[in-house]
Amino acid sequence: MAETKPDIAEANRRRYEELRAAGQNLTPKGLPEPTALDGAPIVPDALIHHEQVPAGWYATVRLRRGEALRILDECGRSSVSLIGWREEDTSERINCADTVKVQWSAALSKGRVILSDMGRVLLSLVEDTSGAHDLLVGGSTPSSTLAAFGAATRNTRENFLAAAAKIGLCIRDIPPCVTFFAPVSLDDAGRFLWNPLRKRPGDFVDLRAEMNLVVVASNCAHPLDPARPVATGPVTLIKHRVPPPRDNDLCRTASPEAARAFAFTDRLYA
Amino acid sequence: MTSSEISDVAYACDIPAERPWSRVLTKGQTLRIIDSEGQQAVDALLYCADDPAERYSSQDTLRVQGSAYVELGTRLISNKGRVMARITADSCGRHDTSAGCCSCESNAVRFGEATRYQHACRENFILELSKHGLTKRDIVSNLNFFMNAPIDPSGQFTVVDGISAPGNYVDVTADMDVLFVISNCPQVNNPCNGFNPTPIRAVVRDMSGL
Repeated sequence: MAETKPDIAEANRRRYEELRAAGQNLTPKGLPEPTALDGAPIVPDALIHHEQVPAGWYATVRLRRGEALRILDECGRSSVSLIGWREEDTSERINCADTVKVQWSAALSKGRVILSDMGRVLLSLVEDTSGAHDLLVGGSTPSSTLAAFGAATRNTRENFLAAAAKIGLCIRDIPPCVTFFAPVSLDDAGRFLWNPLRKRPGDFVDLRAEMNLVVVASNCAHPLDPARPVATGPVTLIKHRVPPPRDNDLCRTASPEAARAFAFTDRLYA
Repeated sequence: MTSSEISDVAYACDIPAERPWSRVLTKGQTLRIIDSEGQQAVDALLYCADDPAERYSSQDTLRVQGSAYVELGTRLISNKGRVMARITADSCGRHDTSAGCCSCESNAVRFGEATRYQHACRENFILELSKHGLTKRDIVSNLNFFMNAPIDPSGQFTVVDGISAPGNYVDVTADMDVLFVISNCPQVNNPCNGFNPTPIRAVVRDMSGL
C-alpha cells in the first residue's frame, strides 16, 4: 500500500498518543505499593556478601545476571549515587535519559527498571521501600561540596573517578548517575525541591541485575540535601540471590516498553 | 538576521534534515542555531577542544542552575565543573537536557522493533565524533535545543509538540574553545520534530552574545 508522507506522520502521531496514554495512565496505575520496611527479609541461604560503606566512601560490586544488590540506609540520612557498566563490554552503561523517556517518568519506584544505552535492562527495582530517587540532578562534586560547606569534601564525582580507574576506566566512562534515597521533585516552574519527609531510617532498594554488571555505589550526601554534611551515615550493601523472574514478574510486565527492553536483554543470553 | 549581526559572521551553513555537523568554537564566539522551518529538535554535545575528556554534563548544568530546563542565561557546565558556554539569546524559550538522544536501540524499545532500522541521533553522533577521535563512550548527556519535554511535579515526562516557530533561534556563546557537535534530529516517532524532520541553520559570529 502506497502511503504518503502525511499519512505516515499521522500514523506515527496516533501510535505516539496511544503509547503516551498507556505509559502515563495504565502503567502507573499498575505499579505496586512500596515495599514495607520489614517486607522483604533476606533468608541466610540467599546472602552472598555483605558490607558496610562509610559516609563519603564508595564500593564497587560485580553482579551476575539474576543476582540482586540491596542498598540499605539504616540511619535514614544517607543518599547513594550509582553508575554501572555491562561487564563484558563497558561501553554499554547506565543511561538515565533513556530510563526517563522509555518509562514516561523521572520517578523510579518498585516495578520500574534502569536501562542501558543499548535498549536493554541494566537493573530492575524488585523491592523499594522509598520511591524517592533522583535521575536528574546527579551526585555531589568538588564544586558542589565547596559551595555547600565552604570546603571540598569527599564527593561522588571523585568516588566514581577512583572506582572507574581501578577497573581500567576513566572520566570518559562516567555517565550521569541515579541517586537512591534522594527525594527530588520539581515545582511547576521546573525548580528542584528536596522533600525531607520522604526519607526514613531503614529504607532500602533491591536492584536485580539483568546483565552481568559492574556497579559503583557512592555514599555521599546528595547536593540538594540541606542537612548535609553532618547528615550522612554508613550504608549497607547486601549482595544476594533472588528467585528467577517468572512470567508475571512485576518489572518484566510493567509496560510494553519494559517488555521489549527485557526481550532485547534476553537475546544476549539466548 | 539584522544587518549588525551579518557584519561579523565568521561562518554560516545550512544543516540538512537528519544530518550531523561539528565545528570548534573559539572562546568568545557565538553559535546561533536557527530552527529554519520550526518544530525541529537539535541534539548537541560540547567537548573542551584542548581535552575532550572534559565535556558537557547535563546533571552538573541542572544542579548548578537549580532547575530542569535550559533557557536564556543557562550556563552549560562541564563534568569538571567549569562553564563551557552560556545561552546568550533565545527566541524559543525552553530547551531540554534530560531526555538524551534518540538511538536505534531506544527507538526499538519505545516504539517497537520495526523502528530499529531508522536513522537516529546516536548514529549521527558516532559518525561525527569519529572525525575527532571520539567514540560511543564519549556520548554522554546532551542538549536538545527546541525540544519541549516537560516534567511535571509527579515526575511524569512527555515529549510534546515543539514550541519553536520558523526562524526561532538560540545563541550559545563559548567560554572556552569548544568542539560543538550537532545531530539534526531524524526522529519521526514522536512530536519533537513535528513528525517531519527539517533543515536548520548554523551561524557563527566572532562577537559574544548581545
